[in-house]
Amino acid sequence: MKIRAQIGKVLNLDKCIGCHTCSVTCKNVWTTREGVEYAWFNNVETKPGIGYPKDWENQKRWNGGWRRKDNGKIEPRLGGKWRVLAKIFANPDMPEIDDYYEPFDFEYAYLHHAPESEAAPTARAISQITGERMSKIEWGPNWEEILGGEFSKRSKDYNFRDVEKEIYGQFEQTFMMYLPRLCEHCLNPSCASSCPSGAIYKREEDGIVLIDQEKCRGWRMCVTGCPYKKIYYNWQSGKSEKCIFCYPRIEVGQPTVCSETCVGRIRYLGVLLYDADRIEAAASVADERELYPAQLNVFLDPHDPEIVAEARRQGVPESWIEGAKNSPVYKMAVDWRVAFPLHPEYRTLPMVWYVPPLSPIKSAAQAGALGEEDEMPDVRALRIPLKYLANLLTAGDEGPVALALERMLAMRAYMRRKHVDGKLDPSIVERVGLTTAQVEDMYRYMAIANYEDRFVIPTSHREFGANPYDERGTCGFSFGLGCSEGNSEFSLFGRDTRRTSGERAKW
Amino acid sequence: MDMNYRGIINLVVMCGCVGKPGGGWAHYVGQEKLRPQTGWMPLAFALDWGRPPRHMNATSYWYAHTSQWKYERLSVREILSPLADPGQWNGSLIDFNVRAERMGWLPSSPQLGRNPLHVAREAKAAGQEVPAYVAQQLKQGKLMLACEDPDSPANWPRNLFVWRSNLLGASGKGHEYFLKHLLGADNGVLNNDLSAQSDDKPVEVKWRDAPADGKLDLMVTIDFRMNTTGLFSDIVLPTATWYEKNDMNTTDMHPFIHPLTAAVDPVWEARSDWDIFKSIARKLSDVVDGELGVEHDVVLTPLLHDTPGELGQPLDVKDWKTGACEPAPGKTMPTVTVVERDYPNLYRRFTALGPLMSKLGNGGKGIAWNTEAEVDDLRELNRPVSAQGPTNGMPTIETDIQAAETILMLAPETNGRVAVKAWEALGKITGREHKHLALHREDERIRFRDLVAQPRKIISSPTWSGIESEKFTYNAGWTNVHELIPWRTLTGRQQLYQDHPWMRAFGESLCVYRPPIDTKTVRAIIGKKDNGNPELVLNFITPHQKWGIHSTYTDNLLMLTLSRGGPIIWISEVDAKKAGIQDNDWIEAYNVNGALTARAVVSQRIPEGTTFMYHAQEKMTNVPGSEITGKRGGIHNSVTRATLKPTHMIGGYAQLSYGFNYYGTVGSNRDEFVIMRKMREVDWKDRSLAEKSRYKEAAE
Repeated sequence: MKIRAQIGKVLNLDKCIGCHTCSVTCKNVWTTREGVEYAWFNNVETKPGIGYPKDWENQKRWNGGWRRKDNGKIEPRLGGKWRVLAKIFANPDMPEIDDYYEPFDFEYAYLHHAPESEAAPTARAISQITGERMSKIEWGPNWEEILGGEFSKRSKDYNFRDVEKEIYGQFEQTFMMYLPRLCEHCLNPSCASSCPSGAIYKREEDGIVLIDQEKCRGWRMCVTGCPYKKIYYNWQSGKSEKCIFCYPRIEVGQPTVCSETCVGRIRYLGVLLYDADRIEAAASVADERELYPAQLNVFLDPHDPEIVAEARRQGVPESWIEGAKNSPVYKMAVDWRVAFPLHPEYRTLPMVWYVPPLSPIKSAAQAGALGEEDEMPDVRALRIPLKYLANLLTAGDEGPVALALERMLAMRAYMRRKHVDGKLDPSIVERVGLTTAQVEDMYRYMAIANYEDRFVIPTSHREFGANPYDERGTCGFSFGLGCSEGNSEFSLFGRDTRRTSGERAKW
Repeated sequence: MDMNYRGIINLVVMCGCVGKPGGGWAHYVGQEKLRPQTGWMPLAFALDWGRPPRHMNATSYWYAHTSQWKYERLSVREILSPLADPGQWNGSLIDFNVRAERMGWLPSSPQLGRNPLHVAREAKAAGQEVPAYVAQQLKQGKLMLACEDPDSPANWPRNLFVWRSNLLGASGKGHEYFLKHLLGADNGVLNNDLSAQSDDKPVEVKWRDAPADGKLDLMVTIDFRMNTTGLFSDIVLPTATWYEKNDMNTTDMHPFIHPLTAAVDPVWEARSDWDIFKSIARKLSDVVDGELGVEHDVVLTPLLHDTPGELGQPLDVKDWKTGACEPAPGKTMPTVTVVERDYPNLYRRFTALGPLMSKLGNGGKGIAWNTEAEVDDLRELNRPVSAQGPTNGMPTIETDIQAAETILMLAPETNGRVAVKAWEALGKITGREHKHLALHREDERIRFRDLVAQPRKIISSPTWSGIESEKFTYNAGWTNVHELIPWRTLTGRQQLYQDHPWMRAFGESLCVYRPPIDTKTVRAIIGKKDNGNPELVLNFITPHQKWGIHSTYTDNLLMLTLSRGGPIIWISEVDAKKAGIQDNDWIEAYNVNGALTARAVVSQRIPEGTTFMYHAQEKMTNVPGSEITGKRGGIHNSVTRATLKPTHMIGGYAQLSYGFNYYGTVGSNRDEFVIMRKMREVDWKDRSLAEKSRYKEAAE
């Protein structure tokens, strides 16, 4: 048993309002630079839709993630070592800029100094890649927002597999949900396995997956390797970049920018202890539907005294063990089973999980039956097809998703009975396998969702990794490389790193 | 719109939900609750120097001054109740507005047909009191009201300062009429006015055939971004953004008052709003030298809500102009007041708290209290004006923070002693004791620097009908129900039946279904602007968008990137198929009001027959020319027009009386019909005139 810790994450899609604050705040902080204008480490998609980049969920097309070979072993779908080397100069599975979108800007300054013209001036769109005017903007990172675009296009959404989808294009049958997503910081990252330079690594202490910008040579196999398409090529620096899970913040116990700024309070950060020795076996199970339960089995119970003892022996800091015990992520993923991995069939063992959204009841007849005290809506008759959610979260296995939805409905019914009628009715929650203590806890974490409950993040313990006495009094006094000395030619901030004159503001 | 609101109000009233925590009517519309209202009004309206101020209801103002009334084809007959005698209700919509103005129901701007400074001199010369003089002149027809002849150049608005508003890019209904008549700019009006028609012209308003175009001499925009209004302005004064100035903010959404503070100074040429206004005041004081001195201004005000005047004519409507009664200022016609102006000392007055706060006191919503103690406190806090002159010794209001302190000191919401005084004053009216609602906070004086340390919860005040309590959530009407404060209606009770003669005439005594009006904007033009592509007629509405707050942020690059990079209009898949329109195609939508260009978003979620163009998308980013008008494509307001409603013009009836931001005409929500089709040729029309003539020469 090799005990490791990771800051896991849960997004509660039942509360996401699609405001895109997460996307905007992340972009303002991390990707407002030349080379990554088109990159949104966090983006929000409207579903049903093909998303950003286009059709990213279609691994038959993009060859991301892992596949299981006949001999039971897994290898990256884009190929093993030799295949990768064979196409290292011409990767056929590489998304191009138009699969993301051509980032644009506008001639705002023209509005200030336009000469007398044949019509009132308007600021034209210009490409941030070519600098040329764009006669028409054809795509964006959020083109399908609130179901924009014909159903025939959006229904190519891979999650419609095995769903009788045609009726969902009709006005009366319309359903919709938002899917905010970011790097999954997987336990079994296929991006790391795809990199010929070995530039991608997963941190032992918190599970954050990073691309070493010094080692990266810009092969971009990782862009293909990631099935979530959350690695972006920086066309200016020539290297690849990805969500860094705001590690400078996480290290001091602060939530990621996207999590903290989330208006709907849908994001949760908490410690998960896991057994690194079980990763390969879990990722290699034969049946795709077994991947989700297998990953649950990789997580370790922080309340088990034997696990705690072993964790201590293996050097997991005490505050991390405490954090694991109070982890909102553990509660939602393991205790209550209301959160699920995104597309477990990619076999990367993703660590950003999702609570599925409830939706209105579809049939009027069912609606009438809701008046009954014990009648709960049939989760198979909700507007968002259960199969669709299962394809998104459990490789198509409807059972666990149905149970999660029923538990959320039970929580609502139980709390309503308590607050409105002043009665406690344990039968409501016992029917879905929960105790009243659990459901009160669920309500506290999911409905009230206080800041201190959402983010339970112990700080890092650098003192175990490096001698703190060496850093004392010197950190910050350097010329470009953070706490170490020396100077690096490489910069992530555009060609000219020594701008003295005022440049036009981009945003 | 009224029936929607009244429907919900009826519901909550009849179910006993009003004034109950968790129940009632809460029409939150954003950041619009100006909680320390009675602290702000003296500053905003200069009530410390002159009362009353001039206010105007914007809708009627624009309806008249953008000449939209000259195109009005909605006849009053169409909205009269079938039980009303049409013979008693003649005239056009603007006629009703004029009648309302002269009966003292609605405000006017401009007010008199002559310079009010001259009118005061005339009265003096005639040895008459001004109100009597004005009434007599009006009755004898020797003095007209400006509203009776809006097309006369003497009655045109000349200087317009637009602040915290995007009149041309967001709010002004009838965008093309604004461009044509108010600005005299290139425009896309496709409508013909009523000149050619012999009947259906207004009866109270003088009709001049010649179009009144380009009325404004000067338009100034004060904003921090180049929006559509700024683009069309003569001068743009760049203002500071939120983190470059000191100011305050309150909202409906929470009970805290919080500060804006300057993290950095305003960049480039920008200045804070306060500095801009102060600069204008200073400059004006210089410029009037030799032209204007101490003057007497004749100010007309309507019968105001929460004043005795509101009981002007509740049971009967008599129009002095028809001879049915005498014109009596403050009763059957507007109140007439003489206000002294000291133009050369405008700047000094701007930067000092004037004597009227001590002399006349403060108050709001019918409640008045003595505020001398607060004036004294302000004098000490802000220090008295030391310069010799008319303001020597008065509390200084020089800096933005001093202005904020003035508001905080005078308002019951931020000054516990004032709150207690205000509740006591209300208690004198109701005969009940109310000050227990604020006694526990009587010693609090919220200072600006307190807010900077931490936003503060406001103190319960009789300005608002809800209270701040640790026991009850805020809900409107709480004090009426629990403190037994009479409702500020004619009866003192909640009133569901409306018995005013105009209400009954227009069929709105009770909450009933009202069918949509026919705006007649499509029939006159359909088939006449054919470009060969199939056309759809769709019901056009403008819900609010995700990518901006009205128009603010809409031009922000991130917002545009997360949207579609420019103005868009949504249609159903069914309609798109009919017209051969695909997602992202350039389309044009038009009616007689004008034409707009945008890209189509085709979606299954739009009901067939409808089109949504989210409010508010402007035309200064990525909008091509219009095939129909030959000008820059329009915006969502290019296909709309303001529609006035006579019942909104009622006055002198207690709760139906004019008050600033309280009652008056509204433009009616945008609900129109447009003709939509795919564009054939997209011309960006971005050649300069010099280029264009060179191009033309080369072609010849």
